Amino acid sequence: MIHLMYQERIVTHPGPRATQPERDPEGPAHAPTALQEGVDTTNGLLTSTSGNHESRRVPSSGERAMRVALVALQVGPVAILVLLIVVLAGLSDVFLTLENIGNVLKQSAVVCVLALGQLLVVLTRGIDLSMGSNLSLSAVVGAMVWRDQGSATLSVLAALATGTVVGLINGVVYVKGRLPHPFIPTLAMLTAASGLALYISHSETIQGAPDVVNRVGAGRISWIPGGGSVGWFPVATLVVAGVALVVTLVTRQLVWGRWIYAVGGNPEAAVRNGMPVHAVLISVYVFSGLAAGVAALLTMGKGNAGSPTAGNLAELDAIAAVIIGGASFLGGRGSVLSALTGALVIAVLRNGLNLLSIDPNWQYMATGIVIVVAVELDVVRGMLERRFRSMQAVRSA
Amino acid sequence: MTSTSPELRSQDGAARTVLSVRGAAKRFGAVVALDGVDLEVRRGEVLALLGDNGAGKSTLIKCISGVHRLDEGTIELDGRPITGATPTQVRSLGIETVYQDLALFDNLSPAANFFAGRESAGPAWLPMGLRFLRHRGMAAETRRLLDRLQVTLPDLDAPVALMSGGQRQAVAVARAAAFTSNVVILDEPTAALGLRESARVLDLIRRLRDQGTGVVLVSHSMDQVLAVADRAVVLRRGRRVGEAAPSQETLQQIVGWIVGAPPAPA
Repeated sequence: MIHLMYQERIVTHPGPRATQPERDPEGPAHAPTALQEGVDTTNGLLTSTSGNHESRRVPSSGERAMRVALVALQVGPVAILVLLIVVLAGLSDVFLTLENIGNVLKQSAVVCVLALGQLLVVLTRGIDLSMGSNLSLSAVVGAMVWRDQGSATLSVLAALATGTVVGLINGVVYVKGRLPHPFIPTLAMLTAASGLALYISHSETIQGAPDVVNRVGAGRISWIPGGGSVGWFPVATLVVAGVALVVTLVTRQLVWGRWIYAVGGNPEAAVRNGMPVHAVLISVYVFSGLAAGVAALLTMGKGNAGSPTAGNLAELDAIAAVIIGGASFLGGRGSVLSALTGALVIAVLRNGLNLLSIDPNWQYMATGIVIVVAVELDVVRGMLERRFRSMQAVRSA
Repeated sequence: MTSTSPELRSQDGAARTVLSVRGAAKRFGAVVALDGVDLEVRRGEVLALLGDNGAGKSTLIKCISGVHRLDEGTIELDGRPITGATPTQVRSLGIETVYQDLALFDNLSPAANFFAGRESAGPAWLPMGLRFLRHRGMAAETRRLLDRLQVTLPDLDAPVALMSGGQRQAVAVARAAAFTSNVVILDEPTAALGLRESARVLDLIRRLRDQGTGVVLVSHSMDQVLAVADRAVVLRRGRRVGEAAPSQETLQQIVGWIVGAPPAPA
């Protein structure tokens, strides 16, 4: 999956490279690829100077249609989610019951938190492959501290600190080690953290977790009506909301968030504009590590234990969620809405296929298909944008 | 060492000098990129920096903007030495450079681009990264600036990615002009543009000049140099080989300097 995405990046990169005026003096002379032909800025403008722009005159209705298409692509992931819900509601009587909605929310909580952490990394054109094993390690450490010290506070702090430190190591090794791509340090961390989790736990699940962790990870809120005396609304969803609020604040209101988008949009320009690019890069891995720590607590609470394999492959769900939700793997695009939408698409898909008693293996295949569709939508969006830009050039000429 | 022809250096010109480079020399290994170049930029003037590929234009502007360090020579801004300043320091002194690749953030709005790396945010007691962006203030400031430079953009909230080459160039030039009153250096600002979009960028350059900014224009288009430049300095093989006020009469001479043909360098 990841390989495919990186191929996409090479083949159809709609980012700065394609949009910058050619630096290479021979640029316009060599044949553009089929995808770039006609939509490349430089080409479009050259065409218009050669007097050809009469034939390329675009009616404003075309421009309006394109604006509509761009908006449609922006809401695409949400539309997929809504469509999925409508279809499943039609196919299953149980799907829209409060109990099942509560289950979906509870099952998606861990992926939501991981996806929100992964989002900031993906915004900087990065990837954090270590989130799953970081989750396992943090959960094991949290459970061991609880077993050995009996302090809920220490246990929670230990889990969060473990996640954060793992993220810090990822970021520092990537940036200070001048590694070519975050794929490498986080892949290394994937195996290292997983190994460490198995080693310190002697490959066994550490039973028990603090009460507060269990209440948050597994509990339901009974005072929200509709779920009887037990309640249907999971407490874990409040944690998701809290993390989502923090990430919204970061991405929309803080200078830090602006820098994250800038670094993802054009790393070189970020350096030239005096942004602390290294610190920004390290910070997003620290944050995704902290998110893995929070997800570890939710996982501990769900099972009243810390398992060294609890987070296996969870990083792939997180990455898939961010991409399905419409964040661009090319960096600089995506929001809290993307992360949450993607995580919910995955959760709803799994829940729905379960309810319909479809072989669980189909879930993975279905997720794969949704990923390809989502990335394809991103590629189409990039192409439409470039065409839109050429239109603007012709119109303003 | 080449020096400015005395007749071109009027009293008036000397008084308006904002940036002066003296005896600039830069080597990259065995390659001599700059060999004792003098350059004077004046307020309210468009100075064309001309020369064939490899003449040293890019090296010179990179030395001024702090990307490269001079091996020898001095750079002064308003008579104060700024030799060896870092790119960030040079920018904060009001010398902005617009490179050919524009260095825009395609995913951000024009306002976000203008304030990239110098966001308006508060409160001041928080570390910069944790300060809250002043969205409205920055948008208003952007509108004010674009109005002043008479740049019209279709949508101030849309990402720059959706804009045409000319609009993007306008954003890049306006960004350079946004915070500086001293010197704007433009590296082939119309290289990727069509005729009409080029004309708009040239208009923008004139407005910058009229506001009293010293503009350095690197260009290969003699038409554009004739259209906007008040003065042209020609480099050849890292040396300054001539200076003239571009006009139909001096055009032949200037082209001669560029290609190294007779009449011999001044």
